[in-house]
Amino acid sequence: MNHLPLIIKREYLTKVKNKSFIIMTFLSPLIMIALIAVVAYLSQLNNDKKRTISVLDESGFLKDVFQNTENTTYNNLDDFSLEEAVALVKETEGYGLLYVEKVDSLNEVSKKIKFYSEETPSLTVISGIESRIEKHLRDKKLQKDGVSLAQIEAAKTKVDISQESFDGQKSSKLDNIIKLAFGGIAGYLLFMFIIIYGNMIMRSVIEEKTSRIIEVIISSVKPIQLMMGKIIGTSLAGVTQFAIWVILGGVLMVVVSAIFGIDLAQASAPQQELMNQAIEAEGAQAMAENLINAIGNLPILNLVIAFMFFFIGGYLLYSSLYAAIGAAVDNETDTQQFMLPILMPLILAVYVGVFTVIEDPHGTVSTVFSFIPLTSPVVMLMRIPFGVPLWQQGLSLLLLIGTFMFAVWFAAKIYRVGILMYGKKPTYKELFKWLKY
Amino acid sequence: MNDLLVADSVSKSFGDFRALNEVSIAVPKGSIFGLLGPNGAGKTTLIRIINQITMPDQGTVQLDGQPLKPEHIRDIGYLPEERGLYKSMKVGEQALYLAQLKGMSKTEARTRLKYWFDKLEIGDWWNKKIQELSKGQAQKIQFVVTVLHRPKLLIFDEPFSGFDPINANLIKDEILQLRDEGATVIFSTHRMESVEELCDHIALIHKSNKILDGKLNDIKRQFKTNTFEVGLQSNNSEAVIADIKNKFEVLPATFKNLNDDIKLNVKIDASTSSNDLLSFLASKAEVHHFVEVIPTANDIFIQTVKNN
Repeated sequence: MNHLPLIIKREYLTKVKNKSFIIMTFLSPLIMIALIAVVAYLSQLNNDKKRTISVLDESGFLKDVFQNTENTTYNNLDDFSLEEAVALVKETEGYGLLYVEKVDSLNEVSKKIKFYSEETPSLTVISGIESRIEKHLRDKKLQKDGVSLAQIEAAKTKVDISQESFDGQKSSKLDNIIKLAFGGIAGYLLFMFIIIYGNMIMRSVIEEKTSRIIEVIISSVKPIQLMMGKIIGTSLAGVTQFAIWVILGGVLMVVVSAIFGIDLAQASAPQQELMNQAIEAEGAQAMAENLINAIGNLPILNLVIAFMFFFIGGYLLYSSLYAAIGAAVDNETDTQQFMLPILMPLILAVYVGVFTVIEDPHGTVSTVFSFIPLTSPVVMLMRIPFGVPLWQQGLSLLLLIGTFMFAVWFAAKIYRVGILMYGKKPTYKELFKWLKY
Repeated sequence: MNDLLVADSVSKSFGDFRALNEVSIAVPKGSIFGLLGPNGAGKTTLIRIINQITMPDQGTVQLDGQPLKPEHIRDIGYLPEERGLYKSMKVGEQALYLAQLKGMSKTEARTRLKYWFDKLEIGDWWNKKIQELSKGQAQKIQFVVTVLHRPKLLIFDEPFSGFDPINANLIKDEILQLRDEGATVIFSTHRMESVEELCDHIALIHKSNKILDGKLNDIKRQFKTNTFEVGLQSNNSEAVIADIKNKFEVLPATFKNLNDDIKLNVKIDASTSSNDLLSFLASKAEVHHFVEVIPTANDIFIQTVKNN
């Protein structure tokens, strides 16, 4: 008898009708948006902060270097001693004091600059000042050697290498950013999905054990059917939740940014930096065009199909392991010792994805990890936007499916024995023995 | 074939531990079969094998003349000792789900559930969650779910635990009624008084081996020691006791009686009939009480387990 649809239906409905599930589904996007809005608002606030920096230049070489900007006012102190200047800054609660010692030659200036402040100054402020001084000193030195300011200006060059693959496909830096974004989102999505819904499956197995209903159920259905029903039902609930999150999140994002006029994109500073570089390089006009081009350059069809297969394969592999853990233990606190071996490869995969794939998508490390079944879903999903030969994808998928089948067999064994074991916290040795029952 | 269920030299090991060692039982149709044994004897393992939850290493199990196959789960209703229900699921939904897992259609299950809920007067629980019910109430639901699909074979593992005496009686009557309607019942328990009350046949499992089985009455006959409980009245009781002790083996006895001076357990050998004993006693004193001591299931259980 095939009870799978019945079990899937029950698992799905109990999850979806669960109050905390409903609350989480509708509250999470709100919280996320609120969080992003707060971060965006705060970083804007931070940028808006006005600082006053006093400058005491005894050398006289750094005159006119510091022009007031929107947020920073430079206050040139003349005819003060260092002590007096420090006292003044303290008293007026200025941000800090930049002090240049009296030196004789231009060459010595760079070693005689100090910054005094109440608290450790922000990194961006210091590096901003440093780069200004560096530029000024360089210009001054060059001028001393007889190079005119116009010549220096003319010597500035901006290089933008246009990339093209051997078969004539053009790409740009923006392409890489888009690829990274796609790969990163796909990999991270899978990672989150496994953690959230794998845990949910595990809890649901433990619940059946603690409520002691398991033996009643198992006298009607095969354990493997129950396990698969659980995995599929919970996954469907997960997909439902994710879909609601995406839709709700999208709508809220638009609404919030419309109301508060906060540019939410600003919240993601690092990406913005990359974007700015790209914009700088190409100008805002060409930017939109290039963005569309970049997306168009992605192997979309391959991406979508591979995403589906690796996502489903990776998720099923991990969730069957979660189900086995749930079956082996009596309560959630006992799961810790078994969680580590599952989480390790998952975290490793994300690390490899974030650090190695970005650096070198087709390097040895990336390639190897995109074949190892427990890490391949995440790593391969991150690699694919950069173009992975189909045979590699196929082989990796084949390995994944093979491992998945083995994991289901293994999990079903553990599950079959474990669900009827009460009161004992099993060791790995015992688990191994169960395989032979 | 008069036996609904036949297990033939069934063995099962878990690692090095042999949980069942060539156990054979035959459960006659329409009987209530007591499966007895101390904790950890292997009863639950045998029951799980019958329910196809675990597979035997050796031996076969036949239901109604056919080797066990997956379809047979429709014919079996199982109430495990470790039992429970989904706590946050509503009673009605849950009962329907479990009935459908046993192969009933939703409409059929609904009709049957209504019948049982009315019978046990629990109709207004339908929309309650299990966690809102007491343990005994949840047990009632569990019982209904077990018998709902009208299985040929019912297996109850400690069915009365968690019930108050009134509800235990109610369930007992239901079990007897189901038997009268043609169901066969396997009944596993430690409560010997309910074995006495309900079972026609018993099998005793101890340390993975079956050490005793048969009709309860046959076994009792086999275990009787030809001992009689006697209550006598006499003016000269010491002399009477001495006379009896001369002729028979005598043990002290305790039973409730109004005014007997002499209370004894008298054992006779095979050559003596109960009439001989009675006439001997009558010649010595006035006989008020004369009953053959029939071993209780409890006695048989303890004696057999101790001897093994």
